[in-house]
Amino acid sequence: MIAEHLPILQVVLPLLAAPVCIFLRNPRAAGALAVLTSWSALGIALSLLREVMSTGVVSYAIGDWAPPIGIEYRVDIVNAWVLVIVATIGAVVTPYAITSVESEVDRKRIPLFYAAYLLCLTGLLGITITGDVFNVFVFLEISSLSAYALIAMGQRRRALTAAFRYLIMGSVGATFIVIGIGLLYVMTGTLNMADLAALLPEVWDSRTVKVAYGFLGVGMCLKLALFPLHLWLPNAYAFAPSAVTAFMASTATKVAVYMLLRLFLSIFGRHFSFEVMGLDLILLPLALVAIVSMSLVAIFQVDVKRLLAYSSVAQIGYMILGLSFASVTGLTATLLHLFNHALMKGALFMALGCVVYRIGSVHIDAMVGLGKRMPYTMAAFVVGGLSLVGVPLTVGFVSKWYLILGALEKGGLWMGVAAIVLVTSVMALVYVWRVVEVAYLRDFAGDERVREAPWSLLVPTWALVLANLYFGIDAVRISAVARGAAEALMIGIGS
Amino acid sequence: MTASTLLLLSLAVPAAGAAVILLLRYNPNAREAASLVTAGALFTIVLRIYLAVSVGDRPALVLAEPIPGIPIALEAEPLGVLFALVASFLWIVTTMYSIGYMRGHPLRPEIRDVMATLGIDRDREKRQARFYLFFAFAIAAVMGVAFAGNLFTLFVFYEVLTLTTFPLVTHSRSEAARKAGRVYLGVLFTTSVVFQLLAIVWTYAIAGTLDFQDGGILSGRAAGAVVPVLLGLFVFGIGKAAVMPFHRWLPAAMVAPTPVSALLHAVAVVKAGVFAVLKVTVYIFGIDFIAATGASVWLMWVAAATIILASLVAFTKNNLKVRLAYSTVSQLSYVVLGAMLANQLGVVGGGMHIAMHAFGKITLFFCAGVIIISTNRTEVSQLKGLGRVMPITFGAFFIGALSIVGLPPTGGAWSKWFLGMGSLEAGQIGLVAVLMLSSLLSLVYLMEIPLQGFFGRPRRAPDRDAAGEDDHDHGGDFHTPPRWSMAAIITTAVACVILFLYPEPFYRLMTMVAGP
Repeated sequence: MIAEHLPILQVVLPLLAAPVCIFLRNPRAAGALAVLTSWSALGIALSLLREVMSTGVVSYAIGDWAPPIGIEYRVDIVNAWVLVIVATIGAVVTPYAITSVESEVDRKRIPLFYAAYLLCLTGLLGITITGDVFNVFVFLEISSLSAYALIAMGQRRRALTAAFRYLIMGSVGATFIVIGIGLLYVMTGTLNMADLAALLPEVWDSRTVKVAYGFLGVGMCLKLALFPLHLWLPNAYAFAPSAVTAFMASTATKVAVYMLLRLFLSIFGRHFSFEVMGLDLILLPLALVAIVSMSLVAIFQVDVKRLLAYSSVAQIGYMILGLSFASVTGLTATLLHLFNHALMKGALFMALGCVVYRIGSVHIDAMVGLGKRMPYTMAAFVVGGLSLVGVPLTVGFVSKWYLILGALEKGGLWMGVAAIVLVTSVMALVYVWRVVEVAYLRDFAGDERVREAPWSLLVPTWALVLANLYFGIDAVRISAVARGAAEALMIGIGS
Repeated sequence: MTASTLLLLSLAVPAAGAAVILLLRYNPNAREAASLVTAGALFTIVLRIYLAVSVGDRPALVLAEPIPGIPIALEAEPLGVLFALVASFLWIVTTMYSIGYMRGHPLRPEIRDVMATLGIDRDREKRQARFYLFFAFAIAAVMGVAFAGNLFTLFVFYEVLTLTTFPLVTHSRSEAARKAGRVYLGVLFTTSVVFQLLAIVWTYAIAGTLDFQDGGILSGRAAGAVVPVLLGLFVFGIGKAAVMPFHRWLPAAMVAPTPVSALLHAVAVVKAGVFAVLKVTVYIFGIDFIAATGASVWLMWVAAATIILASLVAFTKNNLKVRLAYSTVSQLSYVVLGAMLANQLGVVGGGMHIAMHAFGKITLFFCAGVIIISTNRTEVSQLKGLGRVMPITFGAFFIGALSIVGLPPTGGAWSKWFLGMGSLEAGQIGLVAVLMLSSLLSLVYLMEIPLQGFFGRPRRAPDRDAAGEDDHDHGGDFHTPPRWSMAAIITTAVACVILFLYPEPFYRLMTMVAGP
């Protein structure tokens, strides 16, 4: 039965489709294959989620080598949720890429683009689905290397320096992670996650385990761009091709956050992380500084893509903030925001991609009066922006609600944390509204030929915009999944 | 048709009207007919809801559930019905007024501002259509606020109202409008998110529900310093109530076309604010709970300070619309004060003041708008002697001003009476003095206008014969005010008097809210 093999198909399909893209040579054909692959990946992810919701954890032994000897793919509600997020964004961005990439990437390189893109998707799905920590590292390298290549394909030469910078920082992060994994292997003799979770409590007291924890923590915070390890992100997002930015912003950092949760909560466990290592106390100030300082920096950006990139660093701060509450409500906020932020940033970067397609720039001065010229594109930007701000009836509000509720549940000084979340929402309004005001309240002065973006870009963009509204109005089911995942994380993988 | 279907219609009808307006954007006559029909239909719907509620029915409806346990729900209760009645009736009148105003004299400077990109006629029509479109959306949001079944729903529509009125405030797209737009959105959004949302989540964390219930949901669950702090977060967080120091957005919003200032910034938007304050005090805290904890005493004095300070600022403003805006700031705090008194008389007075002030103030704005389009005069000092040319306008202004001051034979007398009685019952003699002082102040800064109009000596007679000889800043010649607009003015002025004679429906609704 093919249904049994869904976990491995999730990864193998895009992995095999990637080299085929190169052989196809024809940009359109490669694009079509990529679309097909990403849609089937979504189908697989959804059926995995359904299976997990009804029957519980799905375990798949690669090559029939039973874990912990062989590599295990292990799907529970947490990573089924993240798989759906990654695959959804992949399924929406890939069709968008076909038109967008044609205008931004050299024609000869387009098949290579799809190959790298599918490899990146493979890597992200692989990190999420695997139940083996060394496998995490392998897929991390696959996704990172392909991401460097994708970013370097940006139109401007500065894309090369941005990619190189990301490469250096990303490699440092990956090295830290592999050192951490190595130390854990030394102490326990296993790489299987469930096995690690069972064996680690015996060796908790050793300094080696604590050092491993530190290496893993720093490595992953580099990957997920937690302040102050975020320096690679703004340029990488700003100079990458639009489709890549939309894809990376909505998936790569989300998967890194998932890795962090999986390692620190499922494997090391809540007790070790929060009570022994004081993870919450380390992450809380970093998250708060990230939220406040990066929102402030975003306000003063003139390149709108870079503005949103800084906003992303701030939004990652919200996710880490939820983790630092060390409560189910806080984690629910984190997990919801993984999904919600993917929807809003995806929509926003795709809207900007439409602007780039027509006017070749997203400098704020170039967007003057665009509301009249590109009404659907800018309307998408407004809705995405309102969602980013956290206006009710959008997904952004739902995540904010849980974050604030989580802070208030803890009482006392955490009131201040709630206040910071609210004040930074206002800062988000400021940076979003700067663009809205320029686009709507000034008269267009650019090229008379500028028109609305083509349907092939608008339809995927609006699909995400409408998702922002739908899941903001009817969030009951999605909240239930996120809450279930949060509870699973708090219990840990072992029991 | 069941009463809960009517609730849904009260939101759907203005929204559908908006869609029709968009379709008819190139046909002004049909478009405006559609606006009028929509407004009339909405009023009929609200009237039927009123009939159901007045016999004790409480129709309810759940629309969606964004967060588990916190639905977007509608419920009609007496206070909301009162607000919806006032807003939907005045929407009809304002639509009549707008038709005259927006088409009346396209070459008048303010109108020219309004249609900044006059160039192509089609473009102008499009912008006018946009005006009616967002206006209709704003009314739908107002109905949502009025019939909100829980605090969360109220917040949702409150924010929708802010966002749908932003395009109306910035309608002219001039630099001044952009600046005003920033203040408008900045103050309203910041207060609503930083204070109000915090208070709402806090309430939820304490009470585990956000439903509006008779007697409140916090009583017995919150105690100590939390209660006054939470109440303060609500009062300041509902920025649309314009309690100082968060009042700046209201004068800023005066750059909008006058029909917007009249309906939204004298009635719908600002009343949505004080209405929310009343709702929170009555159905979230419960007036008995507030009275027992004394949580509202400090806020009474904040409201009292706003009443006096805003009146004093109104004195210094020479621009007529801005003066009226500060008068509104002052009057809104009457309602806030009524809520903070936390007794039956105070709540009755506050609720009735929502209605009475609405009719009075909209009359004043209508007059101001007609003066602008007929004579191009915007400053109080330019109005000397104008009453002899525009007797109906200045007469209506006089009646409206009487109602704002609170003198018989106008409706405003009733609400001031109840507020004064409520202050006495709460044992706050000082507040009675504040109310009397502020009535005196408003008497002076408002009555100056009709008195100067009728008895002042103009520097040059601005009558039809002297057209063109006027001072430059007095603008050009005199235009006869559009008939549609004059009909609107007469309607609301007469209503002010009728409300003095028959305040009964509003009084009955409010006693249903506050208890007999």
